[in-house]
Amino acid sequence: MNLGAAILAVVQVTVMVALSPLLVGVMRQTRARLEGRAGAGVLQPWRDLRKLAAKETLRSAGTGWVSAAGPLVLVSSGLLICALVPLVGAVPFTSVPDDLFVVVSVLLIGTVALALVGLDAGTAFGGMGSSRHMTIAALVEPTVLVAVYALSIPVGSSALSRIVLARIDEPASVVSPVSLLALVALAIAVVAETGRLPVDNPSTHLELTMIHEAMVIESSGRDLGWLELGSWLRLGALLGLLGSLLVPWGVAQAVSVGALLVGVLMLALKLALLGSALAAAEVFLAKLRLFRVPELLAGSFVLAFLAVTASYLVVQAA
Amino acid sequence: MTAVEAGIHAQLALAVVATAAAVLAPARLRSLCSGLASAALGVAGAVTGALALAGGQGSTEIPMSIPIDPVVLSPGPLGGFFMIVAGSVGAVAAVYAIGYVQGPSASTTSWAALATFMLGMQMVPAAGDAVSFLLAWELMAVASTVLVLTEHRERAEVRSAATWYAVMTHLSFVLILLGFAVLAAAGHGTSFAAMARVEPGSAGTSLAFVLLVLGFATKAGIVPMHVWLPRAHPAAPSHVSAVMSAAMVKMGVYGVLLVALRLLPVGPQWWGLVLVALGAVSAVYGILQASVASELKRLLAYSTTENVGLMFLAIGAGVLLRSYGVVGSAEVAIGAALLLVASHAAFKTALFLGAGSIIHATGERDLDRLGGLGKRMPTTAVSFGIGALGASALPITCGFVAEWALLQSLIHGARPEDRLVAVVMPLAVAVVALTAGLALMTFVKAYGIAFLARARGTEAGTAHESPFSMRAAMVVSAIAVVGLGLVPGVMASAVVRALGLGGIDVVGPGGLGLPGVGAVLDPVALTVLALLAAAPVLAVAWRMARRRPRRRVDLAWGGGGVRVSPRMQYTATSYAEPLSRVFDDALRPERDLEITHVSESRYLVERVRFRQQLEDVVEVRAYRPAIRLVDRVGIAARRLQSGSIHRYLMYSFVALVAVLVVVSL
Repeated sequence: MNLGAAILAVVQVTVMVALSPLLVGVMRQTRARLEGRAGAGVLQPWRDLRKLAAKETLRSAGTGWVSAAGPLVLVSSGLLICALVPLVGAVPFTSVPDDLFVVVSVLLIGTVALALVGLDAGTAFGGMGSSRHMTIAALVEPTVLVAVYALSIPVGSSALSRIVLARIDEPASVVSPVSLLALVALAIAVVAETGRLPVDNPSTHLELTMIHEAMVIESSGRDLGWLELGSWLRLGALLGLLGSLLVPWGVAQAVSVGALLVGVLMLALKLALLGSALAAAEVFLAKLRLFRVPELLAGSFVLAFLAVTASYLVVQAA
Repeated sequence: MTAVEAGIHAQLALAVVATAAAVLAPARLRSLCSGLASAALGVAGAVTGALALAGGQGSTEIPMSIPIDPVVLSPGPLGGFFMIVAGSVGAVAAVYAIGYVQGPSASTTSWAALATFMLGMQMVPAAGDAVSFLLAWELMAVASTVLVLTEHRERAEVRSAATWYAVMTHLSFVLILLGFAVLAAAGHGTSFAAMARVEPGSAGTSLAFVLLVLGFATKAGIVPMHVWLPRAHPAAPSHVSAVMSAAMVKMGVYGVLLVALRLLPVGPQWWGLVLVALGAVSAVYGILQASVASELKRLLAYSTTENVGLMFLAIGAGVLLRSYGVVGSAEVAIGAALLLVASHAAFKTALFLGAGSIIHATGERDLDRLGGLGKRMPTTAVSFGIGALGASALPITCGFVAEWALLQSLIHGARPEDRLVAVVMPLAVAVVALTAGLALMTFVKAYGIAFLARARGTEAGTAHESPFSMRAAMVVSAIAVVGLGLVPGVMASAVVRALGLGGIDVVGPGGLGLPGVGAVLDPVALTVLALLAAAPVLAVAWRMARRRPRRRVDLAWGGGGVRVSPRMQYTATSYAEPLSRVFDDALRPERDLEITHVSESRYLVERVRFRQQLEDVVEVRAYRPAIRLVDRVGIAARRLQSGSIHRYLMYSFVALVAVLVVVSL
């Protein structure tokens, strides 16, 4: 393993653990302010985590080791994604390149862990959330892969860091039709995968609509804390990845103190901007009916497919 | 005698020993003796295959009493690869069967048929000419039909399943026979070398291609010829299902590779498209049916259709890209097909053996009545879980490695110069992605409903772990799933030798590299990185757990009301409900909702009865009309048989005259 990549991975993981609860705090605060509420402050998610860690954890009869191990797997897979994808810098490991398919599969490990936690609870709610969660995850998959396929064609590689670096070298490619179509498709996929509006409402506990909250409804104490942190890490990493693709500048191309510092600051800025934009958009969006979600995802797939065909046009013109 | 020839002889001898043990050994020892001999037969097959793969030469001729050429058994490297797959799956399943069989599956017939079946299956890839191939193929088909019939007394559906299987498997035989006949006529000989001499581009080659591909696709369970799979797999005893699904259907894949690489290596572009289309349709249709199935073995059977579909898609992509001269990606695609073969063999064995263990313990096949088995059957739970991870193509299993290679070949195969390939490749990526996503959901459902939470039926509540031989076989197959996923270099070097192509190589200690498309995958490094990421999490979690252990309560939060009955949990059917709504048009589920009101008021409900039936749309739409037509023709043809001897004599006379006329022309 190369040292630079290792340092970068440690920095990215540390920064993301610190930033992703703050990102959620910023999103909630933005939403509160736009809705005319005072809000709890951006530090509230961190306070929640501290509270949950100190609380007693209950375990109901009938649940097995999955309820205890699932949250840890979710957090670990979130950390692994933070280590792999280009957020602060784009210096991949030589033996574990940030290959898109590997990143997606690590993401899916977390998805599966969460779904199994939901099922292990043995309640109607847990199973319901798990079932909806997996259905959406299954339908999101084609969009994600085809969108990044579109982004990979100009570069000739599915490694995310190479895609980001190519965008820094050639800024015009960021606003090309290929890139825009693919990024919109990817953004919809990220919204669906992380359970934001209009696919899932993170702040509801109404049984007819909830997805994520239904899965974690039986968890308590530190188990719930891990689950929350894991979900936030995923949200942070995916938004950060979108940020790196959308605005590749500031991503460190080599590991040095200055470059990393710039990278961290830029990442924080991108996350804050994307997070507040998403939160602001959520104020004006209503949650879609569950059975309308596939239409949204089919639409995003069409965009991704158009992105692929558009990329052929570009190659042919060149 | 070379080592390979010795291996072939050893297999023939061991098959005789296993059959003799089945017939002669006392009932008490029958399973042990015949099981061990069958396992040795499998091991001999795998070793012979490995020798052939390593470049060992050898040809065994068995003289026949009927006046045809002798049976020639001379495995090449590609055949060797498939012999390893068939032999290893057979060996593991035979060991498993020692503890699993009871009643009819422990009978003399069943054990003798298993040995014959395994021999036939290991001889198919060893065959050196078309006649030997067809003989071995038929041996495999007939013996497996006997095995499917094993439990025909206990369960009525077994008989109809065996009929479907026998008809479809012989349809496959006839198609292959015709295909070989076309090639043999053009190449003046039945050896594969002679048949490969057929002139490329002649009309006969396309006919032979279509016949052979359809024949092999029928055996492989490709849509729309898959109808026997979801019937035969649940009907057969589980060790037989494992061998049929993990090894036998692969012979169909072997056949297609034989056609695409050896017999007809040059062909028009539409050949590749046909294979891609067959594969893509099977992959999506198979996994859709699997995701809504609630019978465990039916679910696994449909998942086999999906996986074989992916293999066909990979081969098709390879053939298509080869015809456009994209050699790098084409080689990776064909290599990915073999990686899929090996990985599917590993995880499907684990899954079917796990399913057998559940049936052994509970007698229950319906997921809707299972649950909570994880605590009662830990070994089964872990090995089935690992198999499920493999089937959902998650790291670090072999399933992930294979799908990764397939996706890499597809995304690097785009040729903007050609519109067709430019559209086919992204669609293929989307198909693979959709099947991967649905497979994920299917196996979360299968594992989660069967092993987690609380038992939904009484049988599941009193389940027990299986005997030692079953546990050993399940553990071995689970280790294969993770081992091949962790060190895919082993598979990669075997694939390189089997195909004699570049495109795939071994990187580092056991990683997989695709120099043709410039990608590497080192699961060991990924695992190390994952462990490093998990270490702080585990440390913190451990400290928290020590400071404050979890408190066990009867009912934590009771989400969704007080949990009085385990029946209130989500079932497999309800788990798949959103998906069956989304894909309503393709699945066409039949739902009946019957509400009985209390007699005093129609606002109060006394009883709700819900019934859902999911039938295979292909079967309903295509096969039933065809069967009706055949029936009608048969009834009409009955008039020919009047019982009058004079009329029969006249038929003979007319036939004779017709033959004479034809000959004289």
